[in-house]
Amino acid sequence: MKKQVKQNIAFGIFRGLSLIVVGILFWILGFIIYQGCGVISWEFLTTAPTEGMTAGGIFPAIVGTLCLILGSSVIAFPIGILSAVYTSEYAGNGFWIKFIRVMTNNLGGIPSIVFGLFGMALFVRTLGFGDSIIAGSFTLGLLTLPLVIRTTEEALKAIPDTFRHSSLALGATKWQTIQRIILPMAFPNIITGLILSIGRVSGETAPILFTVAAYFLPQLPHSIYDQVMALPYHLYVIAVSGTDLEATRPLAYGTALVLIVIVLIINLIASFLRKKLQKYHA
Amino acid sequence: MRKFFEKIIEFILTISGATTSIVILLIVVFLFKEGSGFFTHPEIENGYALCVNAGNPVNRLTPFQIKEIFDYEIEDWQAVGGNEAEIVPFRFDEIFSRYSDEELGEEYEFLPEKLGEVIRETPGIVAFLPMQYIPKDQPGVKMLPGENLHPADFFGGKEWLPTTTPAPQFGLLPLLLGTLWVAFFAILIALPLGLGVAIYLSELAGERMRNILKPTIELLAGIPSVIYGFFGLVVIVPFIQKTLNLPVGETAFAGSLILAIMALPTIITVAEDAMRNTPSTLREASLGLGANHWQTICRVVIPYSMSGISAAVILGIGRVVGETMAVLMVTGNAAVMPHSLFEPIRTIPATIAAELGEAPTGGAHYQALFLLGCILFLITMLVSISAEWISKKQAHKKGF
Amino acid sequence: MLETKNINFYYGSFHALKDISMVMEDHTVTAFIGPSGCGKSTFLRLFNRMNDLIADTRLEGGCLIDGQDIYQKSVDVTQLRKKVGMVFQKPNPFPKSIFENVAYGLRVDGVKDSAFIAQRVEESLKSAALWEEVKDKLKKSAFELSGGQQQRLCIARALAISPSIVLMDEPASALDPISTSKIEDLIHTLKTDYTIVIVTHNMQQAARISDKTGFFMLGELVEYNNTKKIFLNPDKEETQNYITGRFG
Repeated sequence: MKKQVKQNIAFGIFRGLSLIVVGILFWILGFIIYQGCGVISWEFLTTAPTEGMTAGGIFPAIVGTLCLILGSSVIAFPIGILSAVYTSEYAGNGFWIKFIRVMTNNLGGIPSIVFGLFGMALFVRTLGFGDSIIAGSFTLGLLTLPLVIRTTEEALKAIPDTFRHSSLALGATKWQTIQRIILPMAFPNIITGLILSIGRVSGETAPILFTVAAYFLPQLPHSIYDQVMALPYHLYVIAVSGTDLEATRPLAYGTALVLIVIVLIINLIASFLRKKLQKYHA
Repeated sequence: MRKFFEKIIEFILTISGATTSIVILLIVVFLFKEGSGFFTHPEIENGYALCVNAGNPVNRLTPFQIKEIFDYEIEDWQAVGGNEAEIVPFRFDEIFSRYSDEELGEEYEFLPEKLGEVIRETPGIVAFLPMQYIPKDQPGVKMLPGENLHPADFFGGKEWLPTTTPAPQFGLLPLLLGTLWVAFFAILIALPLGLGVAIYLSELAGERMRNILKPTIELLAGIPSVIYGFFGLVVIVPFIQKTLNLPVGETAFAGSLILAIMALPTIITVAEDAMRNTPSTLREASLGLGANHWQTICRVVIPYSMSGISAAVILGIGRVVGETMAVLMVTGNAAVMPHSLFEPIRTIPATIAAELGEAPTGGAHYQALFLLGCILFLITMLVSISAEWISKKQAHKKGF
Repeated sequence: MLETKNINFYYGSFHALKDISMVMEDHTVTAFIGPSGCGKSTFLRLFNRMNDLIADTRLEGGCLIDGQDIYQKSVDVTQLRKKVGMVFQKPNPFPKSIFENVAYGLRVDGVKDSAFIAQRVEESLKSAALWEEVKDKLKKSAFELSGGQQQRLCIARALAISPSIVLMDEPASALDPISTSKIEDLIHTLKTDYTIVIVTHNMQQAARISDKTGFFMLGELVEYNNTKKIFLNPDKEETQNYITGRFG
């Protein structure tokens, strides 16, 4: 009897803790949606900030973030996918592959601010890109590389070996097998991973502080060597270092809401794709 | 022909496979190149030197002593290894209040001479002067040999004041301890919460609850850190200030709370995975011996997944130590040695983010920030490797 | 003609095949039987070098097809595998259309002539006794077929590249009795054009379809003879025990 009571208390606590975690998420989301939805308007989304960033919209920041998503994808996706193909299909099981795995894991654990430092030292200064979309894209691309590799590798691993064997038994070469059978089969899962990495890129601030982000730049970029504003950095700026913090609070709520909505949509697409894929496997 | 093509493909793939290793190598090279450059800078501001009266036996002042002297915190030469005499700090501009422009000459050609005069006549003086005006060859003047920044002063320094003159203070300790302080309390908060949820998820939750919790945790992990920072700034910081009646709400505690939320997804996912991996035979054996579900969790599931839980904690620490934006926005950023949870604090990542934009490229301050980056890099490497090592140990235990 | 001379095969330090020498004539069906783990599948996979894919394995002895050692350095493995088709235990069509599944081997071989491909696909599906069932839905996904149809599709897929030898690794073990008997009938007719080597768990199946049978145990070829002889009057006691079901 006593032991049952203990169990009930413990389980009650765990259930409570889980509800707290769900509560925290809804608190954060709810708060920002509640405060921000009044600010959102067509004008807010399509005009540049005005009057020392105490009025106007966030259009350049949205465009900047899209540029960075695109740029980092161009870098991270091909390298990440090829790298995962190498580690899961080619590299065997020796020292080299273990080394690569450890390195990929370690790269994934490096804080984003260190990527910022590195990006500044290599791309901005040494390679002379300056603060630019290309420098920021490289930095963000390398940052998401481990995520892309890990999810792609998992997607490739999920394909049973019999498909590889029967393709090889038909006289296909290894690369033909990968290209015609394995990659198309793993495609939905790979895409899910890529979308999640886009979600990561869209919210990162520390790596772009010193590689691309502009404090205030109302005109849109003309080339990959231009600076851009970006949503997360813009939120940071108007939240802590604006000219009139109280007056810009509503703008900050609006910016936060736009950022959250982007992340939410990306996550929803990813989980939708995953569900669809599960159906296809069953 | 086809074989040749296959070889080319394999070559390209090998290169891609090596990318992450190359990137890590490049990070090490660039970080440590800039970071080690820090120790080649002089202790006092570039282009300046310190001069004392020739009768003064003191030959070396540490950056900390210099700062204390010019802040009038140290007032006697005895405290820095000299004779008992009052210290008279002298800044370069003071010369213009002692002598008229005519006395110094049109092109300031008499300036070094006058400076020499001042130093000769003031036995307790320590003068902070630009190199070009230093009265080198005059009798009664001793220039202190300018030493380079010393690792002992960096790693043992208790003050971080990178822009003070004459001697900027680059003390790692307040930042390092601030980082660990915030991280420690963040994990202290996140661990019970995360473990509770992990147990609930792996042992108790029904299909419906899992379907709510799993996406929730994924979303928590997906929310950008700047959003957490913003939320902390507008909700948690004022709340802490009001309820605890503090002068400012931007405190270590606010940072720990936000970081705890951010560490939750990592801790929950890794710990839950470990618990799920407990073989059902062990579980059934325990239940079969009359233990109830809770006893089974306590005595079988948790001990069995202990190394996974440790890995979860370590990875959580890694996440928390490297976090930048949220901490930057809510901890108040005062570079002091941490004493309490309810005072502002400053972490290593926040320092880099806040100061790199203003530090002149290649200067001591700039390279000091890279050195901080090196330390952060080493901490996270240590975290990754120990997490890996611990989960490998677990794999061994299971006989894989 | 398939021939092995003193084959020894190792997985790491495990001695999986011990000193096996045998000859399989053209246009015959040879069945390998034996308890699980006896090495019969490993032996089968020597002939299209599928064991190459497993790390840390070692082969000693000679493995010859029409007098040529297929483990010589000069042998192109992809060319070898075009000559030696293989059908696996579980039906595993690719996630492509029925037509593309059969055409796959030709396409990876670089064949571009679509009329020729269409002709080969039709011939192969006819040979695999599947044509009548699928001729109206060639563009449909192969996953829409039943398990037995999928396995015959896999056979058609193997036949499309015109092999001279077809290896079958328990091709009917995942199928229902009706599909199984269809596959068995098929094997019977294929014999006129192909040399067939089949691994099976099912002794009745071996007795029904094969001309010669080899009995494997613990990596050794215990007995190899005409099927009738093996099942009616085996020389060795182990064979007798196995086929009468006393162990295994």
